[in-house]
Amino acid sequence: MNFQLSEEQQMLADSAKRFVRDNSDVEKHRQNKKLMPLDAATWQQFADLGWLAVPFEEAHGGLGMGPLETMVLLEALGEGLIMAPYIATVVLGGGFLRQASAAQRAETIPALLEGKLQVAFAAEEYERVFTLENTAMAADLKGSEVVLNGTKSCVMNGDQADLLVVLARTVGQPGDQDGLSLFLVDANAPGVERVAHRTVDGRQGAEIRFNQVKVSEAARIGELNGGYAIARDVLHEGLLALSAESVGSLSVLLNETVEYSKTRQQFGMPIGKFQVLQFRMADMFIAMEQTRSLLLAATLKTVEGHADAAKAVHAMKAQLGRAGRKIAQEAIQIHGGMGMTDELGVGHYVKRVTGVDGLFGNADVHLMAMARSA
Amino acid sequence: MDLRVPEQEKAFRDEVRTFLEESLTPEIREAGRMVTSVFAPVKEAMAWQRILNDKGWAAPQWPKEFGGTGWSVTQRAIFAEELVRAETPPLVPMGLHMCGPCLIGCGTEEQQKEYLPKILSGEHFWCQGYSEPGSGSDLASLKTFAEKDGDDYILNGTKIWTTYAHYANKMFALVRTNRDDKPQQGITFLLLDMDLPGITIEPIVGLDEVPEQCQVFFDNVRVPQKNRVGEENDGWTVAKYLLTFERGGQEYAPGLNVMLEKIRLMAEKQQTAFGPLTKDPVWQHKFAALEADVLALEFTEMRIKSALSAGKDPGALSSMSKILGTELLQNVTELRIETLGSQSVIWQPQALVPGQEQPVIGPEYALTAMPHYLNSRACSIYGGSNEVQRGIIAKAVLGL
Repeated sequence: MNFQLSEEQQMLADSAKRFVRDNSDVEKHRQNKKLMPLDAATWQQFADLGWLAVPFEEAHGGLGMGPLETMVLLEALGEGLIMAPYIATVVLGGGFLRQASAAQRAETIPALLEGKLQVAFAAEEYERVFTLENTAMAADLKGSEVVLNGTKSCVMNGDQADLLVVLARTVGQPGDQDGLSLFLVDANAPGVERVAHRTVDGRQGAEIRFNQVKVSEAARIGELNGGYAIARDVLHEGLLALSAESVGSLSVLLNETVEYSKTRQQFGMPIGKFQVLQFRMADMFIAMEQTRSLLLAATLKTVEGHADAAKAVHAMKAQLGRAGRKIAQEAIQIHGGMGMTDELGVGHYVKRVTGVDGLFGNADVHLMAMARSA
Repeated sequence: MDLRVPEQEKAFRDEVRTFLEESLTPEIREAGRMVTSVFAPVKEAMAWQRILNDKGWAAPQWPKEFGGTGWSVTQRAIFAEELVRAETPPLVPMGLHMCGPCLIGCGTEEQQKEYLPKILSGEHFWCQGYSEPGSGSDLASLKTFAEKDGDDYILNGTKIWTTYAHYANKMFALVRTNRDDKPQQGITFLLLDMDLPGITIEPIVGLDEVPEQCQVFFDNVRVPQKNRVGEENDGWTVAKYLLTFERGGQEYAPGLNVMLEKIRLMAEKQQTAFGPLTKDPVWQHKFAALEADVLALEFTEMRIKSALSAGKDPGALSSMSKILGTELLQNVTELRIETLGSQSVIWQPQALVPGQEQPVIGPEYALTAMPHYLNSRACSIYGGSNEVQRGIIAKAVLGL
């Protein structure tokens, strides 16, 4: 057992922390109160730093790294509340593209690595509690083609994406793992209609409607009706990244709250001297460390292919939801009125952590999945 | 002891329902549905207050001689319940629920005559100048100073978290008139006009992107001494009297019951792989726990009202209801975002402005969930933070 970063991982962490020190997005969160175009300059910087290449094999032009390196990078980005759509395009998008056919890979991965391709995973649906197997949107077979009809909701980065990875049901009922298929769909294809929206955490997504959208066989990822296993593995890598990012954000919430409690004076002393607040900040610390532990557990078990890796991922997302709720709520309460303002960074971190619980199944959903994964 | 409702009160409920049915305009109803705070959109809330005032129902809790209704405690409870059931926008409380009762209890006859009718009519829009940047939970440490000069005071300092100061034309404020005594003993309660020279108002944008709060600056602002309520340096007594109304006068349970019912309807529409979310044991458990808490609070609030109507000071009970009401509101808004999942992550505050023709993205019932969740985090901070309230209970009730 060894929890030390390798030299390579340490370099990645250092470079990410340097970037965040110079480029925190907190000010941007404060200013952006409407839909914004992609920050192309930052994305190009990500490409130049080699970050877009992290999870791709060297044969595909990547750095041949994996979830551990993604974790190191994302934790730093979370500290700066960096809103670049790394998880949507590189972790989820890249994860699916790595599973795609050789022709699809050749067509997409080089562009992604250059920073010229944005991807989004269209998975969630309105009025359906998210789990992959609860997907209902229909994909009907018409000869060798598939026709998509229906609506995907809250597709993160869906507004900017050039390419959509669509999870749809080719046979069976919601609840069945069998019968799900994955399709690569040009975001500007005929019949695809996108309604862009902001999300609570200062990022953007889209409602995406599919109206008789024809998809060729060549655009499918994996086997027909056999998309579940691929979707699960890629989603779990996405959840690992999302959690790593959030651990970075949670650590900032904790630190800023502790620092504030040392300077804020009431009743003739810093409020951090009050035992009632000390105990609560100690609990925030414990909650954060427990989340970090589960992040390591889930990431290492995934990387090493342990049988209970999926269960650990569910545990991690559940813990992230619960610890995130607690830490965010206490951070506001201990900051008092200031914590409720758009002006202070705290509120923006709170909104990110709150939004993250709502994405791809909240704490309750993942606890249930954990119970069922035995 | 019994829970029977006399016949005449059933008739009263019908009368209220009929009135609401007939007098609520579509605009006011829309504003009521879009509420994401204890403070409703101002224009519609004031329009609603004018309608209620024309009927003589703007301030049922006031004594009849000052414009109240003379209703029984049960009737007032029925009225409050029907207002939330019809999803009317809550009235702006600073005049009707705070300054008004305070003037009735502590003001001179002249002040009562001058201000109370205009509070009822909405001509005067009040804001509350209590907290300061350095004085939140420790309110008595406030520093805004009022220096005597002839018949006036000259004010210098700043107030913060002044809800709706940017809409207000009047403020009631706590100011320091004596720096030498114990902090509580050098405070005076003043009424002032918001358009006085030397006042600057800076709105503060909240997490929901709404400028609900403000900071107000006083630079040599001249306020007549006759605008003082109570004696000089005795403002803390007046403030404590008012805080009892701010904390104890509010009823949370009726609104929480309405919210819970709406959450249940939302949950019915959310499909899991095993049926609607309402059949999910985890969701059922969470929902039932909140229902139990709210039922308990409903009766706690009734006990407080019953004590009030018997002329007893609810005292620390009002601290208890503030803690329970605000924290249950927070828990209910939390269950709502959990029920909605990613649908609550979609952020469209512009669609919450009444009268906007903005098409809603996603289910319309999800629109208010996240802004309300975020806004409600303030409830355990303002009006005396819940830590302060727990301190009051520990000291005043438990004798610790």
